[in-house]
Amino acid sequence: MSNEIELIKDPGLPAHVHRQADSDPKAAARAERQVAILFMLSALGTLLLIYSYIFVKDDRFIFIPVLGNTNAQQLGLGLGMAIALFCIGAGAIHWAKTLMPDEEVIAQRHEFRSDDEDRSEFIKTVKEGASAAGLGRRPLIKRSLIAALGLSGLTPLLLLRDLGPLPKDDLTKTSWKTGTRLVTDPGDRPIRPEDLEVGAVAQTLPELAQGEERTLNNIGKDAVLLIRLRPEEFNLDAERLSWTHEGIIAFSKICSHMGCAVALYEQQTKHLLCPCHQSTFDVTRAAKVIFGPAARPLPQLAITVDADGYLVAQQPFTEPVGPSFWERSS
Amino acid sequence: MTARERIAGNVAGYVDDRTGAAKWMKKNLTKVFPDHWSFLLGEICLYSFVILLLSGTFLTFWFDPSQREVIYEGSYAPLEGLKMSAAYASTLDISFEVRGGLLMRQIHHWAALIFMVGIVVHLLRVYFTGAFRKPREFNWIIGVGLLTLGIVEGFLGYSLPDDLLSGTGIRIAEAIIQALPLVGSYIAFFAFGGAFPGEAFIPRIYTVHVLLLPGIFLALITVHLMLVWYQKHTQFPGPGRTEKNVVGYPLMPVYMAKAGGFFFIVFGVTAFLGAVASINPIWLYGPYTPGQISAGSQPDWYMGWLDGLVRMSPPIETHAFGHTISWNILIPGLILPGIMFTGLALYPFIESWATGDKREHHLLDRPRNTPNRTAIGVMALTFTMVSLLNGGNDIIATTFHLTINQMMWFSRIGIIVLPPIAFIITKRLCLSLQRADRDLVLHGRETGRLVRMPSGEFVEVHEPISPEKAWLLTSHEQIAPLELPLEDGSGVRNPGVLKNKLRNRISRATAVAVPKATETERRELEGHH
Repeated sequence: MSNEIELIKDPGLPAHVHRQADSDPKAAARAERQVAILFMLSALGTLLLIYSYIFVKDDRFIFIPVLGNTNAQQLGLGLGMAIALFCIGAGAIHWAKTLMPDEEVIAQRHEFRSDDEDRSEFIKTVKEGASAAGLGRRPLIKRSLIAALGLSGLTPLLLLRDLGPLPKDDLTKTSWKTGTRLVTDPGDRPIRPEDLEVGAVAQTLPELAQGEERTLNNIGKDAVLLIRLRPEEFNLDAERLSWTHEGIIAFSKICSHMGCAVALYEQQTKHLLCPCHQSTFDVTRAAKVIFGPAARPLPQLAITVDADGYLVAQQPFTEPVGPSFWERSS
Repeated sequence: MTARERIAGNVAGYVDDRTGAAKWMKKNLTKVFPDHWSFLLGEICLYSFVILLLSGTFLTFWFDPSQREVIYEGSYAPLEGLKMSAAYASTLDISFEVRGGLLMRQIHHWAALIFMVGIVVHLLRVYFTGAFRKPREFNWIIGVGLLTLGIVEGFLGYSLPDDLLSGTGIRIAEAIIQALPLVGSYIAFFAFGGAFPGEAFIPRIYTVHVLLLPGIFLALITVHLMLVWYQKHTQFPGPGRTEKNVVGYPLMPVYMAKAGGFFFIVFGVTAFLGAVASINPIWLYGPYTPGQISAGSQPDWYMGWLDGLVRMSPPIETHAFGHTISWNILIPGLILPGIMFTGLALYPFIESWATGDKREHHLLDRPRNTPNRTAIGVMALTFTMVSLLNGGNDIIATTFHLTINQMMWFSRIGIIVLPPIAFIITKRLCLSLQRADRDLVLHGRETGRLVRMPSGEFVEVHEPISPEKAWLLTSHEQIAPLELPLEDGSGVRNPGVLKNKLRNRISRATAVAVPKATETERRELEGHH
């Protein structure tokens, strides 16, 4: 015994301490009253809810400190409901804690593993069942069943095929064509270069032909941002410079990362920033990515003016706009 | 016998005559549930789910899940005459024309946030106390499934109103689908019924949000609870509590009153939040159009860590053989979350493989007594917290006058450096706490009473701790590391030598502990004094 390590012993469940309400009838009566008060408060909450629903106008606003101007009806309904529900809960729990029996009970656990006899019989049954079916002995049945089950798995896939059309060239084409006018969004007015001052930004869309409707699908690909700088501020190769007009440069507004609208333009630094993931593009260098997760510059739209002096596209986008996809070649 | 007792007896008899349930009910109505505040976390999830079902059903009576274009003619003047989808217009109507509609919308949204917080905190409780160990591995996996589905369900839910913010979220989801190699653009076109945004997506996710996923939730939650019931709840260690018993209160009436009351408390708190705390004020965002966006676009918090991972990703894309692979989307959007959730689901099996422990456990661990598990948990949590912080990097940058670049570089470096540091610190802390426990048992607690000895020396009087406390601090088991054979009996190297070496090593790391105090040591020390 002397050199054996003796562990500290379990003193067993501590003796139960009785509550005041268990022995003192006065304390019990007090607890009972408290529970009843809570339930009554709940009833008042419901009354507040009913009153707010019927008598408080939905355009009435009241000033509450911290919350500010608050719609009275919404607040009354909500607080009424909150009080009604919370007090029922608080009452029930107070009742359980003060008046219901609070002596801890000990129940025994049993191991989940069945006894050996049941278990071996169970395993035997499973084994017998498996061998009676004879799947192992009849490879022809097994293989054809697997083939049939596998093939039938195609049914739901096939039936879901008509969820939508095939992409075809939809992801690569936009509505911009050679000579398409840029129009303001909103307003659909064509734009002359002199409408834009240096430092200005404009959101534009391709002009609609007579009778055409613009859908959100179009906007999702066609949105273009116009930015006017001083021509000497550009740092572009000859081709890209020829895509600008008098310091006006046009980019797809749809982020090359995940398709959000790249809408934040910082005039001082000439950076475009996407609010979704903070990809930052340098306007002077053809929207080169200078920060963030985007891997490609925003596609640039080549622009010029038409005979009437309005800004038009020189040509369609030379690459797909928006986020990347498998079939995209560059 | 009072009249009331007679009625109760008659009801019980009536039920048993028709179902023969007496035997089962007798056993289960007196079933014992251990009490601890942290066992309420799972209940919060359950109750928020019920609140979600109730408030959600209310919302469906008015919500029109359609992307058909309508012109707004409701009472909210700033949007008067604007073109928008029927989904957005009907959400405005719920908010402004239906009495209590805004309250219900806000309760629904708050309940969803509480549901997700509840799941995560419940998961942490289960993890850090080792409640996932045999025989509860199934329930752990179901829980991970519920967490995953909860994230999807929440995302679909806040996407339904078709406001500018939620439409932007859908746009990002579409970009993730589109980034899948080979099949991405096809799946995107099938899901959206054509190009983005189309007019099919909201009606489709509506069915998934109100029917398919809630159905799966209901089934999984039922199995989850049935398993808790059948396997009996775990309990914290303490005097009188063993692996073989459950100490607590009987279901009828104490536990029923407490649990039922707690449902009303959760509902009441959610209603209070819905009444005073504005959430997702969609009328301020305007209808969705792909050409517009608002600064500071943020997802709900349970998507925030994903968005944060995407934000910090380096700009890597591969262009080869006429195809594009967007690693900057695939890695943070699919691959990393895939690894994280798979690791989470498999953790019970990994741990039991590492420790070689295949026994049943019903007594919970104090986190300090399993330093390795606790450290892994804090490490994973640190990783997720850095991602979550980065999901709000723009807001944090503007609030604390930082640049977005500082935030981003902090996250990019922090996500790699901070988790291992967290692991090391946590493990040390756990061991220090074990040491403190040992000291407490052997030397007693400091009383703060100073005594001057005859020699002039001042000493602080220590008082022995109670036997209950001493038992609590020493009742845990300290398992020995595995020592799997590296050679077989005849000196030939075992074919599984590498695997065994690795397992021995992990097991050694897992078994690191400060030896717990024993009665023998206590007595020896007493002899010295």
